[in-house]
Parts: sequence; structure tokens; C-alpha cells
Amino acid sequence: MKVGILYSRIRRDEKLLLAELRERGHEVEKIDVRKARFGLEETTAAVGDLDIVLDRCLATSRSLYATEFLASYGVPVVNSPETATICADKVKNSLALADAGVPTPRTEVAFTTDAALEIIEAFGYPCVLKPVVGSWGRLMAKIDSRNAAEAILEHKATLGHYQHKIFYVQEFVEKPGRDIRVVAVDGEPIAAMTRTSDHWLTNAAKGGKTAEFEITDNVRELVERASEAVGGGLLGIDLMEVGGADSGSYTVHEVNHTVEFKALNDAVATDVPAVVVDWLEATAEGYAEGT
Amino acid sequence: MTNDTDALIAEDPITGEEIELPADVEVGEIIDSPVTGAELEVISLDPLVLEEAPELEEDWGE
Repeated sequence: MKVGILYSRIRRDEKLLLAELRERGHEVEKIDVRKARFGLEETTAAVGDLDIVLDRCLATSRSLYATEFLASYGVPVVNSPETATICADKVKNSLALADAGVPTPRTEVAFTTDAALEIIEAFGYPCVLKPVVGSWGRLMAKIDSRNAAEAILEHKATLGHYQHKIFYVQEFVEKPGRDIRVVAVDGEPIAAMTRTSDHWLTNAAKGGKTAEFEITDNVRELVERASEAVGGGLLGIDLMEVGGADSGSYTVHEVNHTVEFKALNDAVATDVPAVVVDWLEATAEGYAEGT
Repeated sequence: MTNDTDALIAEDPITGEEIELPADVEVGEIIDSPVTGAELEVISLDPLVLEEAPELEEDWGE
């Protein structure tokens, strides 16, 4: 098949995928979104004869618009712009999970510092303030006191971008020093890992230590439902254990749509890029058959 | 840095020194300069050209 890769930066994740695709004899069209122009009916990017395009844009804004354009031209693109739109925004992400009945941390949003402070005081300390767009744990604040809350809210209100004035407040979940990342394709888990850290942020990008996590039936079911809630695709589903590591209870705090998997690939026995390419082949075939 | 005999040689855009790159580098790939540690982007393969990689932006990530 002929596969397009939307990118602006080739990370180790993309190199693993490119190697797997080429090894299987697939033709790859790398599309640097920084160079492409997107018109209402056509693009300068060579997408005309592609069987499928995989969005691997590092910048969320580019991912959102580039996939929207490709979908409008009728080019099969994964993940879909609908999935990207939900996953790129923490508010939409939380709403989609809650609407689907997937357990997710208690969350409230306010548009002024005064209203945000009311939420924080009602939640109690500690609680968490997150940017609605962003990742790798950046600009996340664990708020331990009213003094800290007032200072952080004031800082956010002066950061400039209007998105920082959307105050997304979440309960602080007492997790057992780790969270769980599951990478899944259309709800079917490929593999999972725990990310452990003494810091409250356990993201691999923040230096969290990774180890393989054996997927339980409970996690499998939550992953399937969380994936469906955001429209499916190649996703990174993040869960936290509630009530201790052996409780079997989880809350899903986020679903990521341009998931990085190099840390997972290093942590588990499964060949993650191989399974991703299996899925791409099947998805492209599905598009060709009109399903 | 690799000692692979197929390694490629490029000029570090910051210091002008010659640096070795693995033979399988891709256009768009980010490598760490062995000289300065700065992130460099592979702009082209023939000729092999590196530039300083773009700075991290707020909406980057997954």
C-alpha cells in the first residue's frame, strides 16, 4: 500500500514506523506539514493516490487542521479529525469520557480567576489545574493551598493566550506513585506500561520510570469504552489506579490522539510499531472496501 | 555517536565542526549535536544539511 505520514518532526516513534512500513514493502510518502499548502479543494501535498495517511504531527494545531483538510478531500486519514478534536482539548476529552460513562476524575471549568478559586476551594487541597491544550505534563499545577491557588491563577491570567483563561480544575487523584498508559488501536490494547515517579507527575516525558503492565479485563473494557468515546483510532489511554494498586478500580484521565510509543516499545515484549502497521494495513483495506 | 562505517558526515550548523550521523537518518529527523548538545534537524540528505531545530512550542506533544 501507499502510506502518507503527516509530520513536522521525525522522532524515534516515526522512525520505528517508517522502518516497519518499508520493511514490509509499503511505499511511504512523508508529508512535512510545514511545507504544504491546504486549499479548500486541493493541497500541494502529494496525497492523491495514498491508501491511507497517518497523522504524526507533533503540534496539535497542525494535526487538527491538516487532518480536517485531508478528510474534506476524501483522503483516508487516521486518526480522524473528529478524534483529534476531542483528544486535543482536555475539556472535550473529559466530556466525551463522562458522556460515555467512563470513570474520569471530577472536573470543573471556569472562565475567571474568581470562579476558578471558588472551584478550587470547593474541591479542597490539593487539587490540580491543567491547561486545556498541552502535554508532556507542562504547565500542570498541583495546588496545595489557597495562597498557591491565588498566585497560580494570577499568573495564568497574565500569560497572554486566551486558552490560559479557561481554568480547568481537576480533583487530585491519590495514585500509588504511578499511572498506566495503554496504547490501543480502535479500542484493542496493543500493550501497556506503568509510569512510576516520586513526583506527582509520572509522565515518561517527565522522567517517569516505565515497566510493562499486564492488561486486566477491567482495563481492557475501560480502554475499549474510552476509545469509542473519542471516535477510535490509534490512541494512548491514560489511567490511574484508584484506592491502591491492587484495588482493580481505575479512572481514565486522558486519551491522546498522536500517541508516542517509543517508551512503551522499550518497556514491553510486544513489537508496538509492527502492531500499529498491522492496524494501518487493515484500516486501509477497510477504506478501500468502503467500510 | 555511531562508529558505523556507513556513517554520514555533516557540518554542525552552530560550530561548523564535522559531525557523524547514522546512515539511516531521515529528512525531518532531530538529532542531538555531539558538539553542543543542541537539537538539530536534518534538512536534506543530498547534500546532507543540518539546521538548528525549532524551539519547543506550547501545543507540542501528544
